[in-house]
Amino acid sequence: MEILNEIKFTIPSLSVNEGTARAVVSSFIVQTDPTVEELSDIRTAVSEAVTNCIVHGYRNSHGAIEITVRLMPNREIYIRIKDSGCGIPDIEQAMQPLFTTAPEEERSGLGFSVMESFMDRLTVKSRIGRGTTVTMRKKLSVHGG
Amino acid sequence: MKVNIKSENGTAIAVLSGEIDHHTAKMLRAELDKFVITMQPDTLAIDLSGITFMDSSGIGLIIGRHKLIKECGGQLEIRSPQPYIRRMLKISGVERIVRII
Repeated sequence: MEILNEIKFTIPSLSVNEGTARAVVSSFIVQTDPTVEELSDIRTAVSEAVTNCIVHGYRNSHGAIEITVRLMPNREIYIRIKDSGCGIPDIEQAMQPLFTTAPEEERSGLGFSVMESFMDRLTVKSRIGRGTTVTMRKKLSVHGG
Repeated sequence: MKVNIKSENGTAIAVLSGEIDHHTAKMLRAELDKFVITMQPDTLAIDLSGITFMDSSGIGLIIGRHKLIKECGGQLEIRSPQPYIRRMLKISGVERIVRII
């Protein structure tokens, strides 16, 4: 499918970069004139996915997080967030609301639920020892202006 | 991220401003817990009116403070969340266990 515009960037898995990732994605998406709510939804979903890479993917290590954002036809936003960390043994279980493997860090276990709620489509692919790729799509509304 | 805590008549009001994510939640948790453990307020009110972003790390922060203050014999209140943050509180179910004003 035709890609109207695209940005790719890589950040180290430092928690301070959660805000960096949100800021870069927001700046790129602003050109589509999203509503405030749509932009908030996307910022939140990106924050959740990047946090998962840092807290779970690279739990006892550090690595790179690759982020790709594409503007697709019909005002669809495509976002892919990829780590090369430890992988998820059971994706179905990981996607259950309130399931967390990091309760000591006060993780609420709501990351995937929030991504699902705030985006239109969510796909998670993971291989043990190879990493996890989260793909999200959201169709923006057509509003006046 | 800024925290300003003031205390009157057994109620501690923590006014937060900035963004709450996994990175900033660590600092907030340390500040709030130090205050609760030292001052043992009857009520800890967390004022979210100045919070411009919050992901599920904020939910973890709220639930953790709810548990801590309950153990200390007090209660937690959430004050003035922006509509977007109120939506996060609703999705998470926090509004069923913590008073939101």
